[in-house]
Amino acid sequence: MTPPTATPALELQDLHVTYRSRGRNLTVIDGLSLQIARGESYGLVGESGCGKSTAALAVLRSLARGGRIASGRILVDGVDVGALDEDGLRHFRSHTASMVFQDPVAALNPTLDVGAQLDEVFALRGADRATARKATLDALDRVRIADPRGVVERYPHQLSGGMAQRVVIAAALATEPVLLLLDEPTTGLDATVEAEVLELVSDLQAETGTSVMLISHNLAVVAATCTRVGVLYAGRMAEEGLVEEVFAAPRHPYTVGLLRCLPGAGTHKSTTRLATIPGVLPELGSAAAGCAFADRCSLAEDVCRTERPPLVPLPGGDSRRTACHFPDRVATLTAASLARTDPFPEPDRTGEPLVSAAGVRKTFFQRRRPVRALREVDLAIWPGETLGLVGESGSGKSTLARILLGLLGADDGARLTLRGADLAPDVDDRTAQAVRDVQIVFQNPAGALNPRHTVARILGRAVKRLTGLTGEKQRDRVTDLIDSVRLRPEQLAARPAQLSGGMKQRVAIARAFAGNPALVVCDEPTSALDVSVQAAILNLLSDLQERDGVSYLLISHDLGVVRYLADRIAVLYLGEVLEVGPVEEVFAGPRSPYTSTLLDAVPSLDGERSRGTRAVGGGETPSADGCPFAPRCPHALPGVCAEKPPPLVQAGPEHVIRCHLPLDDLLRASGLLVGTRREVEP
Amino acid sequence: MTDVVAVRVGPRPVGLVVGAVILAIWVVCAIGGEHLVPDPYAADSFATLAPPSAGHWLGTDRLGRDVFARVVVGARSILLVAPAATLIGTVIGTALGLVAGYAAGIVDDIISRLIAVVLSVPVVIVALLALVALGPSNFTVIGVIGFIFSAPIARTVRAAVRVERDKDYVEAARLRREPGILILVSEILPNVLGPVLTEATVRLGYAVFFIATLSFLGFGIQPPSPDWGLAIYENYTLIRASAWPVIVPAVAIASLVVSVHLVAEGLVRRAER
Amino acid sequence: MTAAAEELPRVADPPPPPRRLLRRLLRPLVLFVTNLVLLSALVFFGAEVLPGNIGRLLLGRTADQRSVDVLNHELGADRPIVVRYLSFLNGLLHGDLGTSLALRQPNSQLLSAALLNSVKLAALAFVIVVPLALLGGVLAALRRDTWVDRTIIGVGVALTVLPEFVTGLILILVLSLGLKLFPVTAAAPPGSGFGTQLYYLVLPALPLVIVLFGYLAKLARTGTITALDSDYHRTAVLKGLPARVVVTRHVLRNALLPTISVLGTQAGYLIGGLVVVEILFNYRGIGSLIFMAAQNKDIPLLEVGVLTVGVAYMLLSSLSDLVAGLLDPRVRTR
Repeated sequence: MTPPTATPALELQDLHVTYRSRGRNLTVIDGLSLQIARGESYGLVGESGCGKSTAALAVLRSLARGGRIASGRILVDGVDVGALDEDGLRHFRSHTASMVFQDPVAALNPTLDVGAQLDEVFALRGADRATARKATLDALDRVRIADPRGVVERYPHQLSGGMAQRVVIAAALATEPVLLLLDEPTTGLDATVEAEVLELVSDLQAETGTSVMLISHNLAVVAATCTRVGVLYAGRMAEEGLVEEVFAAPRHPYTVGLLRCLPGAGTHKSTTRLATIPGVLPELGSAAAGCAFADRCSLAEDVCRTERPPLVPLPGGDSRRTACHFPDRVATLTAASLARTDPFPEPDRTGEPLVSAAGVRKTFFQRRRPVRALREVDLAIWPGETLGLVGESGSGKSTLARILLGLLGADDGARLTLRGADLAPDVDDRTAQAVRDVQIVFQNPAGALNPRHTVARILGRAVKRLTGLTGEKQRDRVTDLIDSVRLRPEQLAARPAQLSGGMKQRVAIARAFAGNPALVVCDEPTSALDVSVQAAILNLLSDLQERDGVSYLLISHDLGVVRYLADRIAVLYLGEVLEVGPVEEVFAGPRSPYTSTLLDAVPSLDGERSRGTRAVGGGETPSADGCPFAPRCPHALPGVCAEKPPPLVQAGPEHVIRCHLPLDDLLRASGLLVGTRREVEP
Repeated sequence: MTDVVAVRVGPRPVGLVVGAVILAIWVVCAIGGEHLVPDPYAADSFATLAPPSAGHWLGTDRLGRDVFARVVVGARSILLVAPAATLIGTVIGTALGLVAGYAAGIVDDIISRLIAVVLSVPVVIVALLALVALGPSNFTVIGVIGFIFSAPIARTVRAAVRVERDKDYVEAARLRREPGILILVSEILPNVLGPVLTEATVRLGYAVFFIATLSFLGFGIQPPSPDWGLAIYENYTLIRASAWPVIVPAVAIASLVVSVHLVAEGLVRRAER
Repeated sequence: MTAAAEELPRVADPPPPPRRLLRRLLRPLVLFVTNLVLLSALVFFGAEVLPGNIGRLLLGRTADQRSVDVLNHELGADRPIVVRYLSFLNGLLHGDLGTSLALRQPNSQLLSAALLNSVKLAALAFVIVVPLALLGGVLAALRRDTWVDRTIIGVGVALTVLPEFVTGLILILVLSLGLKLFPVTAAAPPGSGFGTQLYYLVLPALPLVIVLFGYLAKLARTGTITALDSDYHRTAVLKGLPARVVVTRHVLRNALLPTISVLGTQAGYLIGGLVVVEILFNYRGIGSLIFMAAQNKDIPLLEVGVLTVGVAYMLLSSLSDLVAGLLDPRVRTR
């Protein structure tokens, strides 16, 4: 490699990191080399277990217990990090590089106020008390916190996730580092907050010239924030290059697989199945002799299994490098026919709804203060359709689902129906048929399955309780179920801990289908899974719907997943449904201002992110009567929105929006705003 | 360097092995008893409080009984009473903890309050009160210690159940209308057995601790049993004349509690791995 | 991207809810009172209901029925249980702790003298053990998995499981009878000064120190390790703060909070150990008083003695909860 003209902010040279576990050294980072230029923003992507976080921790020499840099060099701003002594390392951390982690509230000391935790960083650089405090206030101001003087006196538990992450970023940038490492900085934050934090990072980077390494499982987050990207697989660099080039024309089969299994705009379950990556990640530490991806690659030949492909520059590409023996053939990789051959059954919305909920309210009491989780919700789900329920944390999505399932009672006045008949609010009072009909797939498959029971017992019990089948017939039904979720009969003997996350979720799906349900609530069914596994689960859910005509209530924060799987969308904000309509109509607009905010907040793979409609403020809590979104709405009409309950606006035959703005204004707002903002963009 | 952590060799189960060996020796003594040693009840009135000799390896006590014989046979009472008390405490405590943790509301409140109150008086003192009322005997000691121990065990189980109760697999069971008792026994109980067993082994150590203490106070195992705590109680005032009848059972108690503890700790560590 | 095209909007969180001091103090108080009532019921049940017939218990199996009946009438034990409990409770509420059967003295007098003695002994043990155990636990955690850690925790825990009368005996044999460093009794001659009293109390305090050290050190170690494994500790290290600052500012307070909140309960448990130690060292405290009451089947004295110990425990554990709460902003600002 030619020596770079300027010292790079970060240079990894053939880095190997091992972890010691049960007496064995497992290689987690297996010969990683990369460079990040000064001022550059570099994204490191890959699925869980690929070694992204380990790489970042190694840079700061902060590996978890048992971790060790086995070989290779780490140079930050030309300094060999591995050769630093204790004092040098401290100086390096306080002046040269800093890091931001996923859970910002946990990253702050719960017993010290925000001010004290920032002051000490400046004090370390020689500032006295007063100067440090002034610098702290400036730093908080720089991360766009409205009230720095108020925030310095708060303790971490009094901050929202987004606010806490700003504080952490302020602390990380206080040292004016050459290199800022961000490890999943927005994972776990709501979409609108994520967008704000990512924009903040971009802006601050532009202001300060700090180099950024952003680690994310979310390709779109990297696309929105970085100029260059590296794709990591099993601790090795699969490919790297400019974000637009890598995502538009990947030259490694793994990148192709990652990109293809994302549900993108225009794909819908009724027409297309999602691509998946066959096989599973190689086990940690099982350093393959050849290409780590060979076993899952359709291009693989003998040489791929015996000879490790070097990371080589591609001709013509600017800093494009790939570790594939056959980069030229990657472009020819055509996905097996993904279009559905049989027509997907259309949901029938002419008759009676399968399930309806009317006047659902739920008030929780937190230390005797009422918290209104659901304000007044009316919903209906027709046979064979998927209703996507979208909203940020605290919107009441899961509360609504639990009420439908009969696990939680609503406040008085709610009415649930199933096929036109009243549905008892408590699952214990429901008819056997009603219990069979309404089931759930939980978000976290690990918690959803009893760790002490085998798959056979988990499914057998569900079959017995829901269908009453016993003996031979029960076993047959279990075998059918396991077959319909594409698990092997041998796996019946396994306990959940022996299964991967995706397999566990398949068992959970099989359990929900044990009694031929009419409605399955899917509560974030893929959010705990990697994207390649997510695609397979989404395909499975679609296939089962095609086969059985089952309805889904799909709860998700991931609009891509909702757009792919749902027929209609309901948008929930602080316990109120602000919009319901067919999925493509909602995406196309006109939309409720809140829906627009939500859609605009989601970064897309092409790296385009409008700086359009943005929620403002967020400080005030909404009034009891007015629109819940009014305090944050950029279009709020003074004296109206915050005071009166918003009326329903008919935006299409099946599309209603709850908003004070007339339809014309909503149309204009959906189109116009994007236009004006685009012009300002350089 | 902070990133280079000394290679962690898994701690060899030395403690477990040592503890198991000592415990095994005492179990053999408890079972073999009189068949292994001279008569522990034979009083040699010409040789009271005698120092160790060929006839009496560890000397004699105030009645001239052989200290060695008594310490060997004395293992039996404590090794019967302590596990029995622990077993009773574990069974009652687990049942209470399961119900309190799962039921929540008023049932939980009542059970939790009672647990807190029992725990608010030191074990020895509650036991004294109850043993005065019931009269000391092996059975009352087992009952009283078992009752008292059910409180901390119930508290541990309750906490574990509350964690499990909120997990989705319990919701899934409710969604197929599994009866409450089956949810408790078939779904939740297997997942709290770990903490239950840990707590029970720890309690076994404490059972030995407290029963020996009660015997030392004269409210535990009753004469003429060669029980260790009792032997110290009987000979303590004569410690200036001869320390042997006191020191030998004291060392026996110490070795037993430490061995039970080592075994418990070793088993817990194994289970964690 | 060049410099930000426009300033991003500023964000604010909703202000934290106002503190409700009164409610925070009220709840523990209500809890305390219910616990107290329950405790009195439990003690009453244990002492007066469980035996069945008190007169028979006191006079023994051979006594004739008449004298048993007479005694029961004298004691009021022939009244219905509920009436007896209410009158017991009523007495307690009016500060009437009853009279000792065996010593023919007001229980309140006996108890207050004994309590003072016990507090002296317990306080000395506590003052010795707390700093030692916290230091040992933190040190063990900072040297996790080294021989320092294994020695402190291994020895500490092995000693914790030894009954106080065993350690006490060994200490007497070695330090008192053998080396003649300390007197065998805990009670200093009447009229002795503070120093002499203290000197007499050192040996009796040691078994209590031994029994508590391992437990507290282990707790302190666990708390410290939790803090060391936390994200905020990593943040502090990555800020480049000197190790000393990291430990004192970011680790210690978080690490010791859980230990501090159990200190009170442990102080309460000390009293259980006092029974044995006070008897062993011939010291007139509440433990030996309760023991004497038990030996004499002096039920009125036994009842109020046990109650006193329970109340002391509850007070101490409330106190340490309060202290831990004051040190923890998550509780303080709730």
